[in-house]
Amino acid sequence: MQTETVEKKSALPELLGRNWIAIFIVLLVAFFSVVARSFFSFDTAQLIFFNGTEVFLLAIAELFVIITGGIDLSVGFVMGFATVVSSKLMVAFGNLGFSPLWSILAASAVTLLIGLVPGLVNGWLVAYLRVPAFIATFSMLGVTHGISELLTQGIPTKNLPALAGDIGNGSFMYIAPGGAISFFSRPQVARGQSVLAIVPNMVVLAFLFILLFAFILGKMKFGRHLYAIGGNIDAAIRSGINVKRDLIKAYVISSLFASLAGLSYVMKYITGKPDAGANMLLEAIAAVVIGGASMAGGSGTVGRTILGALVIAILETGLRIIGMQTFMTYILVGVILILAVIIDQVFPNRNR
Amino acid sequence: MAHLLEAKNITKRFGGLTAVDNVSFHVDEGEVVALVGDNGAGKSTLIKIISGVHKPDEGEIFLNGQKIHIDSPIDAISHGIETIYQDLALAENMDVPSNIFLGRERTKKILGFINVVDHEHMSSESRKVLDRLDIRIPSLKSNIRNLSGGQRQAVAISRSIYWNAKVLIMDEPTAALGISEQKKVLELVSSLRKQGIAIIIISHQMYDVFSVADRIIVMRRGIKAGERLVKDTSTEEIVSLIVGAESVEKRSQ
Repeated sequence: MQTETVEKKSALPELLGRNWIAIFIVLLVAFFSVVARSFFSFDTAQLIFFNGTEVFLLAIAELFVIITGGIDLSVGFVMGFATVVSSKLMVAFGNLGFSPLWSILAASAVTLLIGLVPGLVNGWLVAYLRVPAFIATFSMLGVTHGISELLTQGIPTKNLPALAGDIGNGSFMYIAPGGAISFFSRPQVARGQSVLAIVPNMVVLAFLFILLFAFILGKMKFGRHLYAIGGNIDAAIRSGINVKRDLIKAYVISSLFASLAGLSYVMKYITGKPDAGANMLLEAIAAVVIGGASMAGGSGTVGRTILGALVIAILETGLRIIGMQTFMTYILVGVILILAVIIDQVFPNRNR
Repeated sequence: MAHLLEAKNITKRFGGLTAVDNVSFHVDEGEVVALVGDNGAGKSTLIKIISGVHKPDEGEIFLNGQKIHIDSPIDAISHGIETIYQDLALAENMDVPSNIFLGRERTKKILGFINVVDHEHMSSESRKVLDRLDIRIPSLKSNIRNLSGGQRQAVAISRSIYWNAKVLIMDEPTAALGISEQKKVLELVSSLRKQGIAIIIISHQMYDVFSVADRIIVMRRGIKAGERLVKDTSTEEIVSLIVGAESVEKRSQ
């Protein structure tokens, strides 16, 4: 529970310091809306979430570990590993005679199961063998990257069932011009007429998981224990919390979300490749820190992390719309990350 | 009648060093026993044996005359023996109820099968225990890091009391506090005594010892150098026992 401080003396600067992300998001949207007229629209809003799905998932992955005072450097390559495993499995199940839908479902289920393994190993190394999280997960980054490369031999997976792309690029709900509503499949309409698509499937899927884990983190004992571990691990141990088991769970959840990001990627881009998430570690950690979590552990919420990820997602899509190169995003995310930390130094009570 | 807590002939060795050498002591309901001694005299080791951190090499522990085995801190707690260490073991990033219920959160069921942490219940229970001990903390929602040293100590004590401590062990409870806060903590100790809790205090502060304790046990180099009722002794006598100026008493058996 991130309670507000009791002091009611919060003057304007402190108020700004505490809510600067919200203000920043408004400014960002205003900026892009002015530069590109088409930016301020429902479609763009959906596009931001669609493009940002993996950032949201990886940010949540990172959040669970950062709350405990750890870090997971492997999320990007666990994601890549999941893209390779799931895409290969989809093809393999298809070859075994499974229908496209069953191939996708079975491959996804198996991928999510296999995706727990890196987290189990990370958590075990950190909790039982006292390997620093930085080292354990950094090594896992190498291991998952290497295995993915071995599996693909440098060739991205192809020939996935077409249905995967339909699902990955489809939306949850469609409204045809007459007002007819249909789910999952785009209705046939006359040429020139536009269909209103509402919420991309992958965004729905991602946020179902995110909401479930927001509930676990915010409302259940296990979530409270993660904050306690990050706040004072000795106190947590002495109070009888099963710290080792909870740490392993945190890393497994991280790995699960990284694998979900991998699945989302495969469904959207119909390919799997080892470096699918190679550039996303920065974004994942940045989202959590911009969301006000301390790298020392014990703070951070799903809601604020989503806001942090939203900043990055808006930047990414916005820059693309105004015709900037992707690299600009990296630079800006890096700068904003530093700014976030500086702002937190100046207003140390934010989010507490 | 049997003592509430009695330790008999406790010995603990670390390699060649005998940290606690054949020490016996007891504490009764509503009694405050101060454990004093120079650094390295064995006070902390003795306390850690009672609280389950160390296992004694020799000796027995009795609770209400029943022999008990304390193999871990959890065992000690389950027998109603709570220890408050100097670092207090609070999660500073969390609020008061979360700390009082740390690791033992109350839950309620929603939708019939999902257990969620019951913040309202934990808050009202925390309020009750704080009121009972006459502890004033402006807002339970404050994180521990926003509280003063004395308030933190009070939260740690409340936690022990809430979980029905019969014996409360406090390691240097006033060491890190300002003068007025020291006084409050000592008042708190007196009120705990009135509620029938047996208290063992480790302290270096003679003032504290003489203001709250009923009995003083002096340790020196692992042995019990003496035991005095506060009303029958003086600071000078205790200090000389601590430094060993007086002839060593025969080991009480």
